[in-house]
Amino acid sequence: MDKQFVQEYIAQRVAKELHDGDVVNLGIGLPTLVANYVPHDKAVMFQSENGFVGLGPTPSEENLDPYITNAGGKPVTIKTGGIFFDSATSFGIIRGGHVDLTVLGALQVDEKGNIANYMIPGKMVPGMGGAMDLISGARKVIVAMEHTAKGSVKILKDCTLPLTAANEVNLIVTEMGVMEVTEKGLVLKEINPEFSIEEVQAVTEPTLIIAEDLKNMEV
Amino acid sequence: MNKLISIEEAVSKIKDGDVLMIGGFLSVGAPHNLIDALVAKGTKNLTLICNDSGFVDSGVGKLVVNKQFSRVIASHIGTNKETGRQMMEGETEVILTPQGTLAEQIRCSCYGLGGFLTRTGVGTIVQEGKEVVEIDGVKYLLEKPLKADFALIFAHKADKYGNLVYHGAAQNFNSVMAGAATTTIVEVLEYSEEALNPDIAETPGVFVNYIVKGTR
Repeated sequence: MDKQFVQEYIAQRVAKELHDGDVVNLGIGLPTLVANYVPHDKAVMFQSENGFVGLGPTPSEENLDPYITNAGGKPVTIKTGGIFFDSATSFGIIRGGHVDLTVLGALQVDEKGNIANYMIPGKMVPGMGGAMDLISGARKVIVAMEHTAKGSVKILKDCTLPLTAANEVNLIVTEMGVMEVTEKGLVLKEINPEFSIEEVQAVTEPTLIIAEDLKNMEV
Repeated sequence: MNKLISIEEAVSKIKDGDVLMIGGFLSVGAPHNLIDALVAKGTKNLTLICNDSGFVDSGVGKLVVNKQFSRVIASHIGTNKETGRQMMEGETEVILTPQGTLAEQIRCSCYGLGGFLTRTGVGTIVQEGKEVVEIDGVKYLLEKPLKADFALIFAHKADKYGNLVYHGAAQNFNSVMAGAATTTIVEVLEYSEEALNPDIAETPGVFVNYIVKGTR
């Protein structure tokens, strides 16, 4: 599977986690792709942490408004029913559990639900932005990422990089499968039929608990 | 009182060593004309409190490039390589703060609060040196207010009373910073001698000391 296919596949699977009426915040990169696969029968409002809900697609040049931008500073649109607010309100919405779901990438994630996704010691540190608030505050946290980074293992027993948040991740979706973080450990709930359980385990540091009703991953 | 002053007069109030809150999010909704005037004036040894450090050629990033800050408090500096360089080489102290925590620390100053409790940062390096308070079995960090000498903010429109309205996502940190510093100066695109509709005005004029007219 080439990289773009892998990313689209993961995004499609994550989109199945969306519920009608959900308020959702998508991280940059792969998670942004989830917006392309919202099921047609589900009304989902995307939150943009710089100050609105109702995040819409990139505008045409004639409809471009320099003051309507996403959290990456890029021009976007606001959908009917959306609303602008300030950063204190935006993070009140986030910390207060009014964001149903956030989807983020990760450098590392572990079986305790810890996530590291904002800094590598010794390298230039860009800052955490809103990631710490989002992961701590959203009702459900999904990590959407490629299972390994060029072959090196990213799903660990314990994260070694500085954490963005502790014990907050609920679900990990990769091109190999869907894993739920539980008190007993990581439960493999779905597997991509192109891989065997042994192949998934070989690139996952903690021992996976195989769900009794393990399903094939479908998108 | 007349709140409308010139940009030159506004910037003349800011002295070396002052702490500045500056509105905007990746330069969107930044008070660009005040920033340009401050770059021209060259005031030094300032502290910046801002969501991010902008870009090398836009927003507060111009002040970073001009080496006017000795300290930067922000949630993100990744879009301005010069901030990172100054941090790595020890020229500028950079304090990285989660975005929601930063907004609330500013809001506390405006609203007379001594701090707040947040779950954000528990179990991370943000926790270092902070008091952990447990309420009903949940751990929170005690975060304290951020104070400043000046808040330089941007709004779409002001009336002569200092009441403000914003447009689009330009509200961001601007309305949070209004009233959070000793002196609040707002740059606006439109100024009206006539009062804004009090049902629609978003920031009360009581938070605003001075108004300057911007050009974009």
